Order: sequence, then structure tokens, then C-alpha cells
Amino acid sequence: MYKRVMPNGEIQKLIITEETAKIRPYAVAAVLRNIKFTKDRYESFIELQEKLHQNICRKRALVAIGTHDLDTLSGPFTYTAKKPSDIKFKPLNKTKEYTACELMNIYKTDNHLKHYLHIIENKPLYPVIYDSNGVVLSMPPVINGHHSKITVNTRNIFIECTGTDFTKAKIVLDIIVTTFSEYCENQFTVEAAEVVFPNGKLHTFPELAYRKEMVRADLINKKVGIRETPENLAKLLTRMCLKSEVIGDGNQIEIEIPPTRADIIHACDIIEDAAIAYGYNNIQMTLPKTYTIANQFPLNKLTELLRHDMAAAGFTEALTFALCSQEDIADKLGLDISATKAVLISNPKTAEFQVARTTLLPGLLKTIAANRKMPLPLKLFEISDIVIKDSSRDVGARNYRHLCAVYYNKNPGFEIIHGLLDRLMQLLDVPPGEKKGGYVIKASEGPAFFPGRCAEIFARGQSIGKLGVLHPDVITKFELTMPCSCVEINIEPFL
Amino acid sequence: MADGPVAEVLLQRLEAADGGLDSAELAAELGVEHQTVVGAVKSLQALGEIIEAELRSTKRWELTAEGEEIAREGSHEARVFRSVPPEGLPQSELMRLPSGKVGFSKAMSNKWIRVDKSAADGPRVFRVVDSVEDEVQRRLQLVQGGQAEKLGEKERSELRKRKLLTEVNLKTYWVSKGSAFSTSISKQETELSPEMISSGSWRDRPFKPYNFSAHGVLPDSGHLHPLLKVRTQFRQIFLEMGFTEMPTDNYIESSFWNFDALFQPQQHPARDQHDTFFLRDPAQAQQLPMDYVHRVKRTHSQGGYGSQGYKYNWKLDEARKNLLRTHTTSASARALYRLAQKKPFTAAKYFSIDRVFRNETLDATHLAEFHQIEGVVADHGLTLGHLMGVLREFFSKLGITQLRFKPTYNPYTEPSMEVFSYHQGLKKWVEVGNSGIFRPEMLLPMGLPENVSVIAWGLSLERPTMIKYGINNIRELVGHKVNLQMVYDSPLCRLDAERGPPSTQEAA
Repeated sequence: MYKRVMPNGEIQKLIITEETAKIRPYAVAAVLRNIKFTKDRYESFIELQEKLHQNICRKRALVAIGTHDLDTLSGPFTYTAKKPSDIKFKPLNKTKEYTACELMNIYKTDNHLKHYLHIIENKPLYPVIYDSNGVVLSMPPVINGHHSKITVNTRNIFIECTGTDFTKAKIVLDIIVTTFSEYCENQFTVEAAEVVFPNGKLHTFPELAYRKEMVRADLINKKVGIRETPENLAKLLTRMCLKSEVIGDGNQIEIEIPPTRADIIHACDIIEDAAIAYGYNNIQMTLPKTYTIANQFPLNKLTELLRHDMAAAGFTEALTFALCSQEDIADKLGLDISATKAVLISNPKTAEFQVARTTLLPGLLKTIAANRKMPLPLKLFEISDIVIKDSSRDVGARNYRHLCAVYYNKNPGFEIIHGLLDRLMQLLDVPPGEKKGGYVIKASEGPAFFPGRCAEIFARGQSIGKLGVLHPDVITKFELTMPCSCVEINIEPFL
Repeated sequence: MADGPVAEVLLQRLEAADGGLDSAELAAELGVEHQTVVGAVKSLQALGEIIEAELRSTKRWELTAEGEEIAREGSHEARVFRSVPPEGLPQSELMRLPSGKVGFSKAMSNKWIRVDKSAADGPRVFRVVDSVEDEVQRRLQLVQGGQAEKLGEKERSELRKRKLLTEVNLKTYWVSKGSAFSTSISKQETELSPEMISSGSWRDRPFKPYNFSAHGVLPDSGHLHPLLKVRTQFRQIFLEMGFTEMPTDNYIESSFWNFDALFQPQQHPARDQHDTFFLRDPAQAQQLPMDYVHRVKRTHSQGGYGSQGYKYNWKLDEARKNLLRTHTTSASARALYRLAQKKPFTAAKYFSIDRVFRNETLDATHLAEFHQIEGVVADHGLTLGHLMGVLREFFSKLGITQLRFKPTYNPYTEPSMEVFSYHQGLKKWVEVGNSGIFRPEMLLPMGLPENVSVIAWGLSLERPTMIKYGINNIRELVGHKVNLQMVYDSPLCRLDAERGPPSTQEAA
């Protein structure tokens, strides 16, 4: 049982000033008294803080942990926020003092710390913790002071956690102190510390709250698919360090949730622990009696049918990326990006992730360019989704299922691509001709096409796409050398 | 060519020969190029068992061009000797002769000539001996006559150093009689023709033996992409198990459906810029089902439905942020929400296989885009045992019969299990999927009845495809850098076709 105890002498105090409110309002604190470190325990202590920083603290943005050798300091401690130029101290592992501004510059090239600078960098005031003699304990969330550095010989530790999420700060403090209280002289005890908030309210930490939850034994059995007695279930949970006993009518299990289990927020968390203790591989596998008739998503059903017949027509299927560069869907096709209604991605790491594709053509042309050594002709196709902005949709964008085919050879092969279109219409049972439900192609033009060799396709009363010989500019911009024809249509009107 | 004159002569000589004959020798005898004889040998071979031809590699010494010249005209030094008259010759004149420069030093070292430097009009060359033996010419002529073996090793290498001799690898054939030997050969047909059929002349014609070890002509066909062939098979499996396909034709999703509706908190690291592609335009989702949104907000920040909640400030703006979906579980959430609006509740089985996007570190097995396979069952009273049973049926259709389960963590399932199967080749258990039971905090705000459980599992499409087709770098499979030859050559996707006998499926 983890206990919070009052100190023999005066309780350590951490006073929070109102300046912290705008940048990093919350702080909690505790003391580990008479701890005995070995080299392994010390390294583990540092590692635990790093791991917590990386996950629950969300890379120090939510919570940052500072641990200090209490014997080098003297309380009460003040947690405040000051102008960067007014903060000056010797940081951990450095030999001289620096102002906060200087430190921001120095750490820009530090592979470990540079990731945390942005949390406070552009703010007018930086958080900082002092002791009563003006010694800087830390400048969270970036770096601790060198003065209070913990070593393997440290006996008394002052821990402070600051952050923007109060719940997480409390959880993080509980985790650290419970884990390392094992090595205190008074094992599993943690010395209390007091935090004074700007409004004058006093809080004592760590909370180390235990709470009791009640779960029915038959609920556990029902959810897992086992048939254990309530007593056995209580034993299983106790083995998982969730002390449990059967109470009441013999069907209720009372479980004590320790402060080390902040993850238990619903009965399902307890049920999982019971299942783990039982052993997943011991659970009997059964089939649900759920009777259902399957249905295909119509668009995918149509796609599957068309794919097979495209291959039967002699074309080879490609699978290209949905994300590409702005150039790929605009400049290289003779268009301006604003005309494409493309969805734009924020902060792409490389040009290859700037936009979502609005046409399948660039992907196929890039596939040809990457397979230059293959024998001609190259006949490729792809039936897949493109993305367009659409304000009528809840998210403001939608997919369209397109079919695109290209013919790449010493001759453009317009008649081959045209023939492929005719074959597709035949398969979709769309007769040639203007009359209702039929298809027709009409001369058209487009910046991606060779003049006089482009047509728009109309089927079932709407324009479904274009076909034609590609413009030499397009061919060269995609690093190709041979003539090329293509067709690209939206297949959704054929559902 | 098999009916050419050379071939005929070869057959005749072979008949008379004892054992066999050498192609090079025959060529020399007939005075034809060796290649001509080789051609005849090859065409006779094609006719069947008429002759046997054994390839032999012999080394032969031959004269270089210069060597031939010397064999004809004599060595440079001999020529130099002969051009010096008894009264001698001025050195300068000697040097102007064709063989002068080269032959002079050799003739000097042979002590055939001497130079009188004190002569009146410049150095003068005189004979030392009366006559000389042109050894070099003699030796070269020996080689020319095919008697190179008469020369010693040292003599041969000396001539080679002077670039008068080269060693040549000669490939000749030792030709002998075959089992069907005959001196008369008739021209063989290669193909049956319409004329032969109508006239019946095929009965009297011999046909050239067919080379069954050569390849045929591949038909001019189109091809399906291997990853999508695997997708077709997985779709089949789900349909066979009674699962209905969910609509997933929306790459763009709001944070609400991708994270919040799944009870993934807003401060979760996965919602960082580092792991998720957020959108610049359109940046926010404008329409969300607001009463449902409020229930989700309450569950996150305060708890409810039997949960403590996460106890943080939930922000609507954060939920509106648009992104490229990081999993198809957002589509499952939409489907389950729609299901929950239908009263009374009817059980459902859903699946989807579609593209998802992750903004993570890329390497040989990871791309920013990949395909996720997801299966979901919603019904009253489903247990972890049911989930395992469904998984066993699903994976057995992939030919995987031995499964083991390990506890794991997902933000939206509890309990959660990693699924492992035993890999024969690697001789170890490998992860084949992830699964779990959706949390009540996710299902209850949707309006699903309290005793309805939803079990779900997922895996990637790329991983089993790469294992099935033996591909190590994902870029060769997905994207424009695909190896088209691999697409042309890839076999049918038969997921349950196992390599090796069934008995090896036993776990270690």
C-alpha cells in the first residue's frame, strides 16, 4: 500500500504565481525521502522520466518532470514566469550561466532538446522555478538547473511536474513516486509537499488516491466468454495487482484500484485484466450465432468487374499513390493549381505529399517513366479514387472513382484508346449514339492534349471524361519520350 | 544448310572415317573456313541422331601478321645481314632500310655484323660472318606448317614476346556417327500446312524434331496488380463469411470521426502533425452530428456510461480538423453510428479494405499510404471467445490454422489482442493482425444498446502480399516505382495454397 506521509519537519512548499497562468498554469510536487540509488536504479529513474515525457506527457507539451537533489536547495519554492532575458542560470551539464535567450539558441542544435523549444519559444514569459535563495531549479519544459542535479548519491529528491493538463500532471507524479518509493528507507512512503495556487488555495500532493470499484462476476464471465467462480475471478484480479474480494450477495467483486493504475477508467479495463490473468490462449474459441447476408458495396463491385475485363483487353493494372506534388496534377498538365479544386495538405515533409490527386493520369505516366526498359507498347490502367473539394460534403471534400488507361508506344495509338473506350461502353451496356442512355464523343481541347486530338465523352446525359493524344509538353514534363494516348472517366454514373 | 555440299562431304568422310573426324582438320582439307564446317555440323545435328558432335577446345599456335611476314621474307636481322655488301654499308643508309632499325640491334647481338666507327664517311657496317642461318624464319615456318610442337617451350615464348606468335583457343568439333547415321539426308519440314492437309503430302514428309525444352510464345495479355489480386481474395473471404462491405470512398475525414468518436483523446500523440496528415484546405469539417458530438464531448471530458473519462478540456475546433484518415476504423465508426440509429437493433457484420495514410518515417517496408483490412461484428452478448472464434475461421481461409493471442493496447478497444501465427519458413510466431472489443465509451454515445458488443480486427494488405509474393521492398509493389515485369509474371493469388506438407503446420 503506497502511503503519503507528513514530514518530520516543515513541509516543502511550491508557490505558483499568476504569471504562469498564460503559459503553463499547473504544478504538483512531492518528496522522496532517504532514497538509496544504485547505478541501475539511477539510470532507471532517468529513463522513466524520458518515457513518461514521450507518451503521457505528449513530448513535454502536457507535462514536464523536474527532479532535484533537495539537499542542495532550500524551500519554499516559487514557480513563476519571467521575461527570457531576466532568466539566467547554469543549466544541467554546462559550466557557465546563460540567459534563457542564449539557451534557446544553444539548444537549437541539440538533437535531444531542440524538439521542446517550440513549447515556450515565442511566448513573452518563460516558466521558471526558484528556491528561496534564487537558485534556479528548472526552466520547464526545456532544462533543469545544474545546481540541483541528481546523482547516484542523492538521498532526498524534490519532484515537480508542471504542465497544461492538471489530471495528467497528477497522474505522472503518482507514477514516479510510487515506482521509486520502493527504494526509500521508509519503503512505499512518499513525503507530502504543498502547492499554493495563485488564488491562495492549498493542495497537498501526491494524491496517491485509492478507489474501490464494483463489478459483477457474471459480467466478467459474459464479456470474456469463460465460466469462473467469483472467488476465482477475485484471485485472478488480485494477481494483476488489483486487490479484489467477493462481497455482498456473492456475485459482486470489490476491486481496489491503486494510484499506479490511472488507466482503469471503466469496467472494461478491469475485465481485460481478468482475461489476461486467465490467459487469452485458455479461452475457448466459439463462433457467434450472428446470421447475416453479405452485400458488396456497389462501387467496389463494379470496379472488380471492370478490372478483370480491362486486363482481358490487354492492359496492365497499376497501383499508384493518392498523394503527389502540386506540379504533378497542375503545372505538368498545363493547368493552374487553383483550377483543379485539389485538397491541399498542410506542412508536407516533401513535395510528394503536397496534394491529394485529382486525376489518375500522373501516376500512370510516372509508372511508365520508372519502367523505361520494358518492351513497347506499354498499356497501363488504374481504377481508383481521386479527391476533389466539395462543400456539400460534411468534411468539404469527396472521392470519385475514376478509370484511367494509357497507351505508350512509337505511335500514339488514339484508335486503340478509343477502341478501349468503345469496349468499356459495350461492357457497361451503354450503346453508341446520342439517344437516351447512350454515349458519344465530341471534339474538345485541353492543355494536356495535342490540339485536334482530344475529345470529351458524354454518356447517360453527362460528361464523364476525356480521351486523346497527350501534348508533347506533358510527355516531356513526365520525362517520357514516346507518343502517348489516354482516356480518363468517372465510373460512378454507371452504378 | 544440312543439304549443302559441305554437309554432304562431311557425311561421306564420316562414313569412311574410323571413329570420327575433326572439324578443323576437315576445314583445312576442304579449303573452307572452319565456320562453314561448324555450320554444317550444327544443321546436321538439328536433324536428330544423324551425327554426334563433341565440342573440343584446343590450343593452337598461330603466326601473327608480322610473324607471317617474317616467315615469308625472313627475319629483320637476316634481311639486314643480306643488305650489307662485302665492302660494307654506311650505318645511316642501313638505318633507312625497311628492316633496318629493328634488325640492326638483333644482328649486332647475334654477332653477324659489326660497326666500324672510325670509318672515313661515318660509321660503317661490315659483315662478320659469311652466311647466317635464319633461325627465326625457320621456326615460324614450322609453326605455319602445323608443327609448332617441334619447338621448345622457351623458343615459343621468345617468339611470342616478339609478337610473332599467338596462342589461339580453337573450338572444334569431334564429329562421329550418330545412331541414325545415313549419308543421304532429305530436307525436313517444320510445320504442317493447309496444302499438306488437303493434298495428304504430310504422310510422306519427315518433320523436323520439335525442341520441347524451348519456351513457347506468351500470349499478349493484360495483367492485374498483385496487391489488388490479394485484395480480391480477402474480399471473397469476407463475403463468404457473410460480412457486408462498408462504404470507404472518402480519404478525407474529420478528426471527430477519425479520433474523437473512437474515444481517442485529443492529447493523444497519434494526433500530432508527425503521425497524421492534416489538411490546409479544406481545413475544417463544417457538418457534424451535433447531439452526438455533445455526448462524445461529455464522455471525453467528464466521463459517463460507467466511465471516469479522460478529464480534460475537449475542444470542438480540434474535432473539426480535417485529415487524411489514419485508419478505416473511422468508416467503421460511421457505419456503427448509422446502425445505432436503426431501431430495433439488428446484428451486423461489416468489413472494408481501403487506403489509409500515415505521416511516419518511411523505410523499406513502410510507405505513407497503405491498405487496411478491417472486420467488425456487432451483436448481443459477444465475448472475447467469439472474437477468437471468428479470427480462427478468417485465418483458416488464408491457410493459417495455428493462432495464438497476446495482450496489447489500442485507445479504442479493451480488451485488445495481437494475433500470431506460426511461420514455417522463419520458424517463429509472427504477428498477423490486431483485434479487440470496442470500448463502451465509443459505442454507447452512438446509441447502441448496452448489451451489444462490437468485436473488430484488422491487418494490413501489404504485409501478407509481400510475404506471399516474396517482395522485400514495398516500393517495388506499391506506387509508380513498381517493377512491371513482376506484375506481368506474378502468379494467381491463392491464399490458402500452402507450401509444404500439412504435417509441418504443427507448432514448435
